Amino acid sequence: MKTRISILSAVLLGLTAHAADFELLNVSYDPTRELYTEFNKAFAKHYKETTGKKVSVDQSHGGSGKQARAVIDGLEADVVTLALAGDIDVIGQQAGLIAKDWQKRLPNSSAPYTSTIVFVVRKDNPKNIQDWGDLVKEGVNVITPNPKTSGGARWNYLAAWAYALKKTGSEAKAKEFIAALYKNVPVLDTGARAATTTFAQRGIGDVFLSWENEAWLIQREFPGQTKIIIPSISILAEPTVAVVDKNAEKKGTAEVAKAYLEYLYSPVAQDIIGKNYYRPRNAAAAAKYSARFPKLNLVTIDGDFGGWGKAQKKHFDDGGIFDQIYSGK
Amino acid sequence: MAAIIDIAPAHSSRPRKATSDSLFSRVLIIGTAVGFMGLMFVLPLVVIFQEAFRKGWEGFIEAFDDRATMHAIWLTLKVAAITVPLNTLFGLAAAWCVSRFQFRGKRFLTSLIELPLWVSPVIAGMVYVLLFGAQGLFGPALKEHGIKIIFALPGIVLSTIFVTFTFVARILAPQMEAQGQAEEEAAMTLGANGFQMFWRVTLPKIKWGLLYGIILCNARSMGEFGAVSVVSGHIRNKTNTVPLHIEVLYNEYQFVPAFAVASMLALLALVTLILKTLTTTRRGAA
Repeated sequence: MKTRISILSAVLLGLTAHAADFELLNVSYDPTRELYTEFNKAFAKHYKETTGKKVSVDQSHGGSGKQARAVIDGLEADVVTLALAGDIDVIGQQAGLIAKDWQKRLPNSSAPYTSTIVFVVRKDNPKNIQDWGDLVKEGVNVITPNPKTSGGARWNYLAAWAYALKKTGSEAKAKEFIAALYKNVPVLDTGARAATTTFAQRGIGDVFLSWENEAWLIQREFPGQTKIIIPSISILAEPTVAVVDKNAEKKGTAEVAKAYLEYLYSPVAQDIIGKNYYRPRNAAAAAKYSARFPKLNLVTIDGDFGGWGKAQKKHFDDGGIFDQIYSGK
Repeated sequence: MAAIIDIAPAHSSRPRKATSDSLFSRVLIIGTAVGFMGLMFVLPLVVIFQEAFRKGWEGFIEAFDDRATMHAIWLTLKVAAITVPLNTLFGLAAAWCVSRFQFRGKRFLTSLIELPLWVSPVIAGMVYVLLFGAQGLFGPALKEHGIKIIFALPGIVLSTIFVTFTFVARILAPQMEAQGQAEEEAAMTLGANGFQMFWRVTLPKIKWGLLYGIILCNARSMGEFGAVSVVSGHIRNKTNTVPLHIEVLYNEYQFVPAFAVASMLALLALVTLILKTLTTTRRGAA
């Protein structure tokens, strides 16, 4: 009886819960579900305490590129928190919803946390996978999502490219390496979380190229079944955030949307970030969680690839290197 | 069910008739069919319920004590409540049109009614994005007047109407054509007006078929994933229907809640199956 009442009250709550002063929509990429669920609660509490206003934040998650597409098609996001700067640029370019200088409006080029790409292998690592070079071996099945729709997949691809370029010293050889790698990919999911379930839940593949935070999440959800391998070289992934100016102006949420993103840099939020396996910017939070974030050799998108604009065009746009190697399969 | 029993009479020791199959081929054919059904339909159904109750009744009930889940259920009911009556009306009109009138392009219209069956639901969603999305054909005009279609309830309803349109029309059209219109004509000559004729003569003739169509239409509108996924925007507590919410739960490692909610849809399918069987027998008897 008690449960029945609580179900009923939940229904009624669902119908009447729109009593907040502000409603924000955060359109985010795939693996940030748990992070933003926790952060939204903290922000609502903080905002109520400092301004007396009630704010509720709705979440939408999916592959980063796909989510950007949805915002362009009219999904009324107040803020976007996507996997890479390139996807936010596209929203500005194609729909004119975000001002050009968005990346300069917040500290650290609007990337309040970073992450990197690591390998997840089956327990005891039966195929003995230690570094990028092992991924192109005969009979190794690699799980990574589709770089066309997923942000994480683009970081995966670029990390592999950086390894191959350093190892072989020539772009032609690097291209061959990438082609061989994607020959070993049996499924291309649209988002990082779908790829995680393919690997961890459905048990497909020998190695999963994963966001560091997803790798830790697998350890937590499927204890004892997998192992994290740190490759010799990886990439500094900088997921970025921005207010979608035109949408926020129209809805009258520009102020609260700005406050929402700024709060990501606060000590409280940075601690939540570290707790959810993203690398915090804040030194204290970084120190607190340092045990789970090994130091590794990281290339950067700006330093090694000339920024997202260039990398996107060269590798992922129609007719780019990914298309060349994947259609030639 | 009845059909399977009919082709397998009990007395197989007698010399077999020329028109019946040998025992071997009967066992092979029936065995394959039953085995296939068991593997492809019954087993998954069992797994759904098994997973849903892995943590017992408590866990099952707890799954529904969640705002996002209750909202998804509420939204799905809303979508079905709008879609099913509209498609009943459209279906009746379409069936009436193709069964009562002769006109140019009738064949084209008939095949158009079946379009939703052979077009992928994803396409159904995409066309509405292309029409009503911010960059779409009517996007700027809609934006100017502050009307939201895509990534909101209207978009979800539209794409659901698209994929479920066919059911009522497709079942009624052949039935109405077969029944002919002699009785309707008689009613008219006896002085009935259009409404009386429909209510007292046509409707009683087609009621079981109509009910059958409505049941199928309802089941599909509650279960549609592909088309809705494209136009939903996946906002929790706003635009996630039950099938989309099941995917969210599954992707967040909440397996018991995911299967508990999924078992509801499975239950709906079972109820639909029972109602379908009932209405089909009635249809046969009528």
